[in-house]
Amino acid sequence: MSPAESGAGPSVVERPGTAATTSLPPIARRRGATRRLVASELALVLGRRRNRVLLVGLGLVPLLVGVMVRVTQGTALEGQGPGFIGRIVENGLFLVVASLFLCLPFLLPLTVGIASGDAVAGEAAAGTLRYLLVVPVDRTRLLLVKALGALTFAAAAVVTIAVVGLAVGAALFGVHDIALLSGGTVPVGDSVLRVAGVVAFVGMSMTGLVAVGLFFSTLTEVPIGAMAATVVVPIVSAVLDSLPALSAIQPWLLTHHWLDFAELLRISPDTGTLLSGLGVQAAWVAVFGALAWARFTTADVSS
Amino acid sequence: MSTALAGADGPAGPVGAGVDAIVTQGLTKRFRSGQVAVDDLALRVPRGAVYGFLGPNGSGKTTTIRMLLALVRPTRGTVQLLGEPMPTAAARVLPRIGTLVEGPAFHPYLSGRANLERLDAVDATADPRTRDHRLEGALERLGLGAAAGKPYRQYSLGMKQRLGLAAALLHPRELLLLDEPTNGLDPQGTREVRHLIREQAQAGTTVLVSSHLLAEIEQVCTHVGIMSKGRLVRSGERSTLGDVRAARARVTTTVEHATAAAEVLAGLGLSDVRVENDVVDGVLGSVAVEKVTAALVHAGVDVLGLAVRRPSLEQVFVELTGEGFDVAR
Repeated sequence: MSPAESGAGPSVVERPGTAATTSLPPIARRRGATRRLVASELALVLGRRRNRVLLVGLGLVPLLVGVMVRVTQGTALEGQGPGFIGRIVENGLFLVVASLFLCLPFLLPLTVGIASGDAVAGEAAAGTLRYLLVVPVDRTRLLLVKALGALTFAAAAVVTIAVVGLAVGAALFGVHDIALLSGGTVPVGDSVLRVAGVVAFVGMSMTGLVAVGLFFSTLTEVPIGAMAATVVVPIVSAVLDSLPALSAIQPWLLTHHWLDFAELLRISPDTGTLLSGLGVQAAWVAVFGALAWARFTTADVSS
Repeated sequence: MSTALAGADGPAGPVGAGVDAIVTQGLTKRFRSGQVAVDDLALRVPRGAVYGFLGPNGSGKTTTIRMLLALVRPTRGTVQLLGEPMPTAAARVLPRIGTLVEGPAFHPYLSGRANLERLDAVDATADPRTRDHRLEGALERLGLGAAAGKPYRQYSLGMKQRLGLAAALLHPRELLLLDEPTNGLDPQGTREVRHLIREQAQAGTTVLVSSHLLAEIEQVCTHVGIMSKGRLVRSGERSTLGDVRAARARVTTTVEHATAAAEVLAGLGLSDVRVENDVVDGVLGSVAVEKVTAALVHAGVDVLGLAVRRPSLEQVFVELTGEGFDVAR
């Protein structure tokens, strides 16, 4: 320790005698180090104005859809539109489902792609990555924390849609027993659970994309490039999913099971379909998570 | 501490490695483009030294510092910091090192203080209870107390540099690696950085400070290493470096005696003897200067003045690197 040590007590706790052959005693980790690392990352992700604007944008979707449906109620336009929009007037809960359905093809992947593509590349572009690494923060730990930050943001995006959808839907149309897609009704309590299941499934469906974004983010120092590449993946996946010639690989496409959340709105949901949806996401997370780790832990940081 | 001259071709041996803050052996970085940024570098920085790491832009200083810190993986060679091998011992070594690598870098939309809080929060060894005390101390020391709450993007270049130094000094350090710390600073700021380096050195901290501007750091250095095109072309204690190129003896005599004086100097074995009106000078080499006086008097030359001129470090620098500053390649 240098004599410049401040009077506020030793800032470093040294454990002597643990390294017999080396001259430097290890510096003890402080309690709560992981918690502080995670909290700092989450504050960075959720506190950033750009990210907040994205969340507000997503929150506008259920608001606008709800108001639009309410205004056209009783006119010739009532019930017109894709998917679940026609059901909203019956039950405010369907505003949550309809909003998620509308955001799934593009808005949600865009938001998730921005957050995950920026995770490492953003720090590299700003030059802050090198200063994190020399603090030091272990590269594997840093990648895990970055993944956690991106996942949290993806969850925040889905939850924002759900919460705004629920609030607007309940206020404009009320929350009732649900009439299911396959006929029959379920009581309010059960319906809320089922919609919560839809929200959870959509959230889990974003995990594969987060892993892809994280991997792209470790490849470049240009965050916008990683973001764009990430956003392109679900679009390409959706295109491939629509070509009959590719039916052999389609079950493994990133987006193939995204709309299977509708299973939860049947009387007896097919758990096999839901589980294969989650399984495909887990596979994408495993593959791209491993690629991101292999890349990030060996890459030269020259930004 | 051993401070013998270690030239580019004299690799530092394992002897005395324990007292050296930085030891590299055969350190080489070849980029994928094929460019060799650092070539077989044997760097040795003794503990307690203020090591001026000099070289034109592009001579490999920053790549070397990045390899020391395990940011960049060497193509070949080894690094020891504070007696420990890198990157194996990074978790033990890096908390003891303060760094400024290729300029400061912070989140532009966070305040200076929030940026330091971020660095402190990710440091597993930092004590959260002393955080505010350390942050205030570092900010005050760099004169950033008043600007601590402003977003980083509103900082001037000099303030950014100061914040980078404040981050390096968040803890008491055993080693400081400062890459171009005077970049963007006005003369007053440059003086303050020199003062800071001196202060740290007096407290026992080893400092490696890189610069492409010799004059800015020359006065604080105890040791100097000069990089050119990826190689360490000269290194050692600063006081010995000006000597390495032979000093010139410069004799002032009368115009009539000038030729005779030149013959005496040449006879003694001085090289590159030049005559210009009443001034004769030549490179002393191994000839002792008192012999020159005696020989001149003996030959009946009127000696009106005799001076020995050592080339300044600046001249050595220019001679070795082919330039004072600007880009090398």
